[in-house]
Amino acid sequence: MNAPRELHLGELRFSDYTQPIDSEKRNALIQTLSAIVPSASLLTAPEALRPYECDGLAGYRQLPAVVVLPTEESQVVAILKAAHRMDVPVVARGAGTGLSGGAMPHRGGIVLSLARFKSILSIDPVSRTARVQPGVRNAAISEAAAPFGLYYAPDPSSQIACSIGGNVAENSGGVHCLKYGLTVHNVLRVRAITIEGDVIELGSEALDSPGLDCLSTMIGSEGMLAVTTEVTVRLIPKPQLARVIMASFDDVEKSGAAVANLIAAGIIPAGLEMMDQKTTAAVEEFVHAGYDLNAQAILLCESDGTPEEVEEEIVRMKEVLAQNGATDMRVSESEDERLRFWSGRKNAFPAAGRVAADYYCMDGTIPRRRLGEMLKRISEMEKKYNLGCMNVFHAGDGNLHPLILFDVSNPGEFHRAELFGAEILELCVEFGGTVTGEHGVGIEKINSMCVQFSPEERIGFFAVKRAFDPVGLLNPGKAIPTLSRCAEYGRMHVHHGALKFKELPRF
Amino acid sequence: MTPQTDWLAQSIEMIREAKATGQSLRFEGFGSKNFYGQPPTAASRLLSTRAYSGIVDYDPTELVVVVKSGTPITELESVLSQSGQMLAFEPPRFGGLGSAGGMIATGLSGPRRLSAGAAKDFILGITMVDTQCVQLRFGGTVMKNVAGYDLSRLNTGAMGILGLLVDLSLKVLPKPPAEETIEFEVNAKESIDWVNAWGGKPYPISATCWISGRLFVRLSGAFAAVRAAKEKMGGQLLSDSKANPFWVGIRDHSDGFFSLDSDDPDTALWRISVPTASAHITGLMDAQCIEWGGGLRWIKTSAPAQQIREIARALGGHATLFRTVHPEMRARIGAFSEISPAIMKIHQRLKQELDPNSIFNPGRLIAGL
Repeated sequence: MNAPRELHLGELRFSDYTQPIDSEKRNALIQTLSAIVPSASLLTAPEALRPYECDGLAGYRQLPAVVVLPTEESQVVAILKAAHRMDVPVVARGAGTGLSGGAMPHRGGIVLSLARFKSILSIDPVSRTARVQPGVRNAAISEAAAPFGLYYAPDPSSQIACSIGGNVAENSGGVHCLKYGLTVHNVLRVRAITIEGDVIELGSEALDSPGLDCLSTMIGSEGMLAVTTEVTVRLIPKPQLARVIMASFDDVEKSGAAVANLIAAGIIPAGLEMMDQKTTAAVEEFVHAGYDLNAQAILLCESDGTPEEVEEEIVRMKEVLAQNGATDMRVSESEDERLRFWSGRKNAFPAAGRVAADYYCMDGTIPRRRLGEMLKRISEMEKKYNLGCMNVFHAGDGNLHPLILFDVSNPGEFHRAELFGAEILELCVEFGGTVTGEHGVGIEKINSMCVQFSPEERIGFFAVKRAFDPVGLLNPGKAIPTLSRCAEYGRMHVHHGALKFKELPRF
Repeated sequence: MTPQTDWLAQSIEMIREAKATGQSLRFEGFGSKNFYGQPPTAASRLLSTRAYSGIVDYDPTELVVVVKSGTPITELESVLSQSGQMLAFEPPRFGGLGSAGGMIATGLSGPRRLSAGAAKDFILGITMVDTQCVQLRFGGTVMKNVAGYDLSRLNTGAMGILGLLVDLSLKVLPKPPAEETIEFEVNAKESIDWVNAWGGKPYPISATCWISGRLFVRLSGAFAAVRAAKEKMGGQLLSDSKANPFWVGIRDHSDGFFSLDSDDPDTALWRISVPTASAHITGLMDAQCIEWGGGLRWIKTSAPAQQIREIARALGGHATLFRTVHPEMRARIGAFSEISPAIMKIHQRLKQELDPNSIFNPGRLIAGL
């Protein structure tokens, strides 16, 4: 039924961002940028560039040609116009806490840091909105809104450090997004600059806007469509009370069923997180939260709202958890205790760092009903790749964070960890899920995109890219793999552990 | 072949033919929202989604339903209702009709939009047929998905100008355990202050509507929360037998307020979307209905379009010519507020990239696109 199509249409003309910039062009670039920003805002020495060579995904590094730190929107416009004119790639950068290499520089490219755009421009307690610059930290918005009894709901684990501009680029989630939504549900308006230097207003402070929904397209676009210079977010009343139930299960499948049945009972918990036994053992040693170390899985199930609401909901939640075979339940009796119950979940990553030299964090999402099966398959993969894996899980929205444990100093372990991760992601796609729930594709999962999307679908993505950035200079090479890259990946591809023509010698 | 795969094959054939002959297509489910947006191009050929109807997949514990584009909204809702779930954005069904495809293509949302979010907040994935007659799948059936640009949301409210919607994956929510409507006598200006002040408090307000000197507030949530809010807020309690038809009347515009008088062809129904706390709009010699905590102002007026659009713009919003007595008025005045030249440039490129032959619903969102 599907006719062959002109695949070449989808290829985006990229500057070859993998090539070094020649010194003449670099000098011209520095000279151009010096005319736009003061010298203190332009970094060119190798030691000054070093801190920018990677983001939170430290395994992928690249020194840029220059780093520029503008303070005014007009400077951003001028920088982007210059990059356009000189055919130089640009990556915008916030706090650099991203986990997928989305902010990794381009060889010969500009890092455009928005770190100095850190003003909270206004907080309107009546319309419950905040207008902020992109370098403002996620948590700083809620801190500024607190005197009005309001807060900004999306709470990625890195919220004390990550910037709202980066949240917009990645469509960040958090442990409360089942009830309160992702960045895309909580941002009303983004002001941004295109590579051509046009100032665009996407969305508005009203609840909708005429035309196509370019705002939602911009959110989660990993800095490839335009550079954010201002964001209006929605604020909501801070819940008066939150309590969390910590429930133990002697079987992982039972805890999965409990999650499904909570939802079936019409309950949307404020947070619903799962940890497997390996994770609780690792974090308990670290935070002493009092986790049940005999449990195969622990569920953290939170209720928030007015005291009356919470009381009613906790009763309903406990009923469902008990019916589904919870072997032990504890309800937090104070805010201190609630935070202690959560501390293990919040510290799962550092705890992994204590039990293993290195860990590789995955971010796939699956339909919740496949959870038990997924965990079983992951434990088989542990044997196959001879590597351990700790499982933490945003159970409420099906987002898995398996932490694959390895030691980079053991030859071959990093490669095995990568293959392990790729196989998990493929299984997510096979189960009807996605290769990234909240960390973004960046550079890290770009090959897995070839598995999730057909060539025609990737052409669709490039069509959007070209509509915003016809010259392909904004963060090129991230998020959407080119057709040739996927063709190459396909050739090397190990599908579900079984090589095609496995009798043939390889490498 | 079943009639359903037949529909897809026929639709693809129609797109192929249209491309070959330089024709355009206009998509329609029940035609219940034909009055909305820019009028379709007269010469375009009708592609109906009616034959493509039914639920593809629904698992209440996943909070996700996948539905075919021609499925009646009412049918979808009755299936969800059997599991105690709902479409939380409360999509309107004008004249009692409407398809899932039209619901997403227009992106219109009803009273609960205030608290739950809009249609675009509940779309998780789509499959569509593109200009190359290929079926594409974007998004999926999971809540969190940041792989690739969000073409599902881009197609929500796009009035079908980017492709033919085939299957839609939607997030659904449990119905609230308790729901009550309270009523207050108050003028429009004060009602806007009240609802914005309440918005900053932990009241489970799911919808507000000021109409004819009275403010209706619907509380939805846990029994205890609804009870507590009711006590604090005061007002007159409305019986369910009155409250339910009232909200349906506002959602579907079956309430008398929304009907136009054919003897008065200059008076139109305007939909003005503004920041919630915007001042009460006066001076249009109008009748008004105010929803969404002040964010949505329905105004029946014969005032000049330019004046209305300027008022909306000055408040930071926009004005849609929603219903007119004569359709030609929409073509003449333009259904939607203008977008900025820089955004228009992106729109033109998106259309050029995704539908270079201008096959899909041309002109339905913006003249010339």
